[in-house]
Amino acid sequence: MALVEIENLTVTFGGAPAVRNVNLAVGEGEAIGVIGESGCGKSVTWLAALGLLPGHVAIDGQVRLAGEDIRGAPPKVLDRIRGRRIAMIFQDPASALNPTKKVGRQVTEVLKLHRGMGGDAAWAEAKRLFDQVGIPDPAERLKAYPHQLSGGQNQRVMIAMALAGQPDVLVADEPTTALDVTIQAQILDLLKVIRRDTGMALVLISHDLGVVAEVCSRAYVMYAGTVVEEGTVASLFSAPSHPYTRGLLAALPSLGGPVQRLRSIPGSVPHPNEVGSGCPFAPRCDEGISFCQRASPPLRQLSVEFRHAVACLRRHSIAIGDMVEVAA
Amino acid sequence: MLIFALSRLLRAFITIALVVSFAFVALRLSGDPALEILSSDATPDAIAAFRSAWGLDDSIGVQFLRYAQAVFAGELGHSMRDGRDVLTVVAERIPVTLAITLPALMINIVIGIPAGVVAALNRNTPLDRILMAGAVAGFTVPSYVLGFGLVLIFSVWLGWLPSGGSQSWINAVLPVFTLGVGGAAILARYTRSAVLEVLTQSYVRTASAKGVPWRHVVERHVLPNAAIPTVTIIGLMVGHLVAGAVIVESIFSWPGIGRLLVGSVVSRDLAVVQGILLLVALTMVIANMAVDLLYGMLDPRTLSRRHK
Repeated sequence: MALVEIENLTVTFGGAPAVRNVNLAVGEGEAIGVIGESGCGKSVTWLAALGLLPGHVAIDGQVRLAGEDIRGAPPKVLDRIRGRRIAMIFQDPASALNPTKKVGRQVTEVLKLHRGMGGDAAWAEAKRLFDQVGIPDPAERLKAYPHQLSGGQNQRVMIAMALAGQPDVLVADEPTTALDVTIQAQILDLLKVIRRDTGMALVLISHDLGVVAEVCSRAYVMYAGTVVEEGTVASLFSAPSHPYTRGLLAALPSLGGPVQRLRSIPGSVPHPNEVGSGCPFAPRCDEGISFCQRASPPLRQLSVEFRHAVACLRRHSIAIGDMVEVAA
Repeated sequence: MLIFALSRLLRAFITIALVVSFAFVALRLSGDPALEILSSDATPDAIAAFRSAWGLDDSIGVQFLRYAQAVFAGELGHSMRDGRDVLTVVAERIPVTLAITLPALMINIVIGIPAGVVAALNRNTPLDRILMAGAVAGFTVPSYVLGFGLVLIFSVWLGWLPSGGSQSWINAVLPVFTLGVGGAAILARYTRSAVLEVLTQSYVRTASAKGVPWRHVVERHVLPNAAIPTVTIIGLMVGHLVAGAVIVESIFSWPGIGRLLVGSVVSRDLAVVQGILLLVALTMVIANMAVDLLYGMLDPRTLSRRHK
């Protein structure tokens, strides 16, 4: 049984579905990536799973933690899961930390909540955590306010805060996007080291394929609120099957070879209101057939071994013969 | 920090000096005290004697220098009406005014802030709408309308409360309420928007993601941050109360600074008016400094920003 299973999750903002029928699973100690451009629903999926979206947002489906459905659970239950079983860190660490509280206090708050630590014991543990996430001079830094630390240090504080609850899963929502490139590499290394040391599972939400490839073993590619392809990172990168995944990979600059213009996918992600009944990627797809406009393709397994699945009629048609071609 | 404190003191001094000078000049240009204070059948000789006794014959420049010198020596002059020391005349009214402005400030805070917080936390619910409709009514109705309305209802029709006077605390009820309502309404609206603003901040979501129960998210993360802009408004409230006191004291014949000011202006009792304006300017400057100080305590970013 997977540690976290998201099943048929649909999230609707005022009639517009931002996430549609998403299925995701995270195994114990596993590192998965969720890839997609901004607005594709990758963050919303996890915010919804943890009940962190405003009350007027409609959420449907199941979110199971160790087999127990926590979707829409009462606040009391969620408060014991958030930060304790599933921790989350966010994109811009400077704004994700309370500007009027010392960072040490923000860490000890978690220690008190989830581990019942107080006073000197909590402070000592916070110091140890700061040390663990590589903050120099932790005793002094604990007393600093977020504005006195750099972006990279603030993200380390966020990670320390997440580790404070000794969670089973860390959901990292674009943890390096707001940081300088050199700092990005340091934070990724830190996440890898922490995973190795603690054995906690990691969900890395990112638009950056390189980041996911470096840290994760498996990944989901999301587009316009749906999962369009999933599989092991090796299989996804060596045999991308969805035209969108292929477009993303083609858009990466190559280190070797002649210098050329970066490839891009023409068009942009449709607004949730504009997604029709067909494949959401159809308007931007250069391989589309007329049938793509009519029915949204389900995810279908390509390889059991690599847990590779794709939601594309063209791939299905190759896999299951020319049935769809004929139908079209 | 020392330079900051000194520069604030200098600014405070300049503010007060400007208010006092402006009042001084404006008052001298607005009419002759001799004609107001002496009875209408005073002889020209009596008028001339009055003028020379109070130094009104000299040019404005000379009068101002003389006044400034006296102020620096702690001497605010004497009332032209009864010859008493201005400091004494004003000082004996201060507690009377404080007796209604302080409770009014308490009403501002005790009603305004919780109303704003509750409205923000229940945004777009009927409760929010009722509170905000009340707030709009509270600050759009001017205090002289509200004051007379309350007198009409509670004194004239119901006969529950006195319409004026200052014999006991019961006389203070209507003035305090009249003075407090507008400020409470303004504070409620500012508090609501401050809380709403903070609720959208990423760190509030972080707190929830950590597993902090919602009540504690509000108490420990939302309110301390929303307090920062709210404190500024409370500082402005002081000015609002001083201005309000002039009107409210007149409506309810409450013998405080406000009524003394109105009476002194009418009778061109220049020294008293100047003394009161100096006091008001001082109050405002002190209120502003208190706000700055509180700001520094509430927002750790303030000091380092100033150092940059």
